[in-house]
Amino acid sequence: MAKVETQGLEKYFGEVKAVDGVDIASREGEFLVLLGPSGCGKTTLLRMIAGLEKPSAGDILIGGEAVTHLPPRARGVAMVFQSYALYPHMTIYKNIAFPLKAVSMPKDDIDRKVRWAASMFGIERLLRRKPRELSGGERQRVALARALVREPNVFLLDEPLSNLDAKLRTSAREELHRFQKDVEITTIYVTHDQIEAMGMGDRIAVMNQGKVHQLGSPKEVYSDPSDTFVAGFLGSPPMNLIKTEDRIIGFRPECFLPRELLGGSGDLESFTVEVSRVEDLGSDRLVYGRLEKRFGHHQVVANLPTSFTHYSIETGGTYDFAVPRKDVKFFDVESGLRAEPIPL
Amino acid sequence: MVEEKKGVKWIFLKFAHFGTLAIFAFFASLPFLWMLITTFKQDADLYNRANNPFIFNMAPTLSHIEYLFTETQFVQWLINTAFVGVLVVAITLVLAIPAGYSLVRLGGRWGEAIGIGIFLTYLIAPTILFIPMSRVVATVGLQDSLWSLVLVFPSFTIPFAIWLLMGFFKAIPPDLEEAAMIDGYSRFGAFIRMVLPISTSGILTVVIFSFTLVVQEYIYTLTFVTAASKYTVSVGVPTFLVHGDVYNWGGLMAGCLIASLPIAIVYNFFVDRFIGGLTMGAVKG
Repeated sequence: MAKVETQGLEKYFGEVKAVDGVDIASREGEFLVLLGPSGCGKTTLLRMIAGLEKPSAGDILIGGEAVTHLPPRARGVAMVFQSYALYPHMTIYKNIAFPLKAVSMPKDDIDRKVRWAASMFGIERLLRRKPRELSGGERQRVALARALVREPNVFLLDEPLSNLDAKLRTSAREELHRFQKDVEITTIYVTHDQIEAMGMGDRIAVMNQGKVHQLGSPKEVYSDPSDTFVAGFLGSPPMNLIKTEDRIIGFRPECFLPRELLGGSGDLESFTVEVSRVEDLGSDRLVYGRLEKRFGHHQVVANLPTSFTHYSIETGGTYDFAVPRKDVKFFDVESGLRAEPIPL
Repeated sequence: MVEEKKGVKWIFLKFAHFGTLAIFAFFASLPFLWMLITTFKQDADLYNRANNPFIFNMAPTLSHIEYLFTETQFVQWLINTAFVGVLVVAITLVLAIPAGYSLVRLGGRWGEAIGIGIFLTYLIAPTILFIPMSRVVATVGLQDSLWSLVLVFPSFTIPFAIWLLMGFFKAIPPDLEEAAMIDGYSRFGAFIRMVLPISTSGILTVVIFSFTLVVQEYIYTLTFVTAASKYTVSVGVPTFLVHGDVYNWGGLMAGCLIASLPIAIVYNFFVDRFIGGLTMGAVKG
């Protein structure tokens, strides 16, 4: 267990700034997710922590010790690659034993630890096989067992679930999360999938264009976004962002409901919506439409849960919608950062 | 009816498939067949134009092989060829493997261009190079020595081997070496434990190719070596079995057959990997 910290970390690839002054610090035993769109620098950041990329500037500390100039093998980290990177010419047993052989561990101890790691992931029966004979899910477990076997201080996981099919991904997500809580090893997990991030992370660092936009719990980054990027990146569909003269106002589609469904509950902001399309997704109903003129006929989307199926909405109709005042977020027009609320 | 139609079509396709293969196989093996028949043919049989050249019209004979082994230094030439071949292959591997790997993984933007540049040197014909090379050989005092060949042959095996190996190394996902580096090895350790075992077919391709290039080399050996006892097969056989305009065809063919057998046998053992290696090099190189 160890804290991972980056201080002013930068990485240039030629003229391109892939990582732009990142300062983050994990907590001990934490599951920290780096989330962002492709090319946002999250994998580069992870690779710098692993020692596979040399930072252009800044420092990396693991367990309070500067490791910026140490080779990957001296950092006490284990990494699971997106491709799993299983050694194709070795059996699963030898794959898992490989990191232990590197430290010249006695043969008996290697055997004991390989079997322990394999039992953690229920892959004892695969030990004699070669990686090519394994399914995607089995390969992923082998990669995790290989990472676990030398009991590292930090786990680095680079989109380890992205090669699995949707059904398997759900169970693997749960398994991975439980495993991390059991071993309590600090984990940094890179993904572009917000469901993975929200479901597994203790905290999420939302990244874009090499910068960390917000670091916070899943609830914080979702409900209390620090800027318009985070607001627009998280959620499906994402937060409605409406540009006015003084502020950008944002509200989540699921907080944006027909006024009469919200009843007289508290302080509400009302909008008139001309509905252009209704999508019934089974579990939810998405209502697309335009706001009234004072909001520049801005496109918005509302997400009505199934419990409101009785409420009929027709394409082409005009309806009164509202958002509880506490759920409306205000952002600065220039910087996109959170700003003081103003009356609408 | 449908099944019958399918059956006819299937038979026709199989026939066309194997027919085509048979034509290619026959075409490719004809020189060997010719070599084999001529090796064991009596001269009187060979030179009689009324005879069918593809069969033994007179009893087969071992006289050509006997001549080769008793009247010439053929055994010594085989030993010389093997000696030079093994050393050249070893030198080629020692230099080309790290070079190919570095150009692919560490060469950055220039790696590919340098690789192509190196390969271009392979295209310069020995007929142009042997004159400057003979100066080099003379300067280092290796005239009339097999070591001159050991020195000069890598100049054409290494560029080719680097180019071939670059294709292989490029096909290995960098993740594997990076995983090994995180698992506790240096880059060199990862290279030895991860890259080399995975590249066996590429290395084997280089071994077979380099050895074949050495065995068939003619002009450098003819230039740098004068003593008959230091000839390789490719120079010794034509020099001693062609007297003026009299060709000892039986002996010539016997010499070629014996020299090509070991390569043919090794090649057949590894043919699958070899073809895998060649096509990978072709696609990725």
